[in-house]
Amino acid sequence: MKNKFSIFVIVVFLSFCFVIFYKGLNTQNNYTPKINEKENIPTFKAKNFVSDNYINSDKIFEENIFYIVNIWASWCVPCRAEHPLLMQLSKNQSAKLIGLNYRDNLDNAKKFINEFGNPYSQIIIDNDGTLSVEFGAYGVPETFLINKNNKIIKKYIGPINKEIVEEIKLIIK
Amino acid sequence: MKILKIFIILLLSLGFSHLKSDEKNDELKSKILKNIRCLICQGQSVYDSESDFASSVKLIVDKKINDGSKEHEIYDFLREKYGDWIIYDPQLNKNTYILWLLPLLLFLAGGAIIQKKLKNEK
Repeated sequence: MKNKFSIFVIVVFLSFCFVIFYKGLNTQNNYTPKINEKENIPTFKAKNFVSDNYINSDKIFEENIFYIVNIWASWCVPCRAEHPLLMQLSKNQSAKLIGLNYRDNLDNAKKFINEFGNPYSQIIIDNDGTLSVEFGAYGVPETFLINKNNKIIKKYIGPINKEIVEEIKLIIK
Repeated sequence: MKILKIFIILLLSLGFSHLKSDEKNDELKSKILKNIRCLICQGQSVYDSESDFASSVKLIVDKKINDGSKEHEIYDFLREKYGDWIIYDPQLNKNTYILWLLPLLLFLAGGAIIQKKLKNEK
């Protein structure tokens, strides 16, 4: 009886281990932070890409519309891939695109915009990457959808694709 | 002459106290940075990492310490932005209670088994 019980305990323990490891095989090893639902946008002061003047965040997000914040850099290859989609999104009147130039060389960034077009209604500079951390980003490109109450409602890590553009269009409609 | 001596002593003591507070801040900074996970090179702490993300976080932590933020306030800030995973030392909440309670349960179960065995031997 005692022997049977020991075997039962061992079988249960091994099955438990098997389930844990089997589940572990299917889960991603890389952690991607989840968006904190309805997180407020940070308040900050940043340098303007064109005029070199400093601008406050409340001036950037002052209108009662949707905003799309896109973190980009001229050295970032996926940013080139998503740029035509951003150009397409910029034609939409229901949202304004704000570009956040991440750890970039200003001349290269200007060349990038001249070459591929400017989808942004405003571009701000984040030379040391701290502003991106305030937004909760950890790389480029990343795109944030901000609602009319200045809350981040969507966060897209990596380059946006056609499906994401359609999703954004549906939300801001 | 005496006034000059007092002045120099005061100046020196002020200088050293400043150095001490700097050292304290540096210690706190490295303690915090060692407890933050780098999200780019996962498995490394921000303290060890040289990635762009890590260097930005280092700047933010430095700024927050200089602004007088407490250690837990800095962790809360990062948790709010990136979730619990960014901190190596997990908090006790609904997602981590098994992690915290399992060793205790195993310890109690082990203790019970040993006690039972000892009783049987007697």
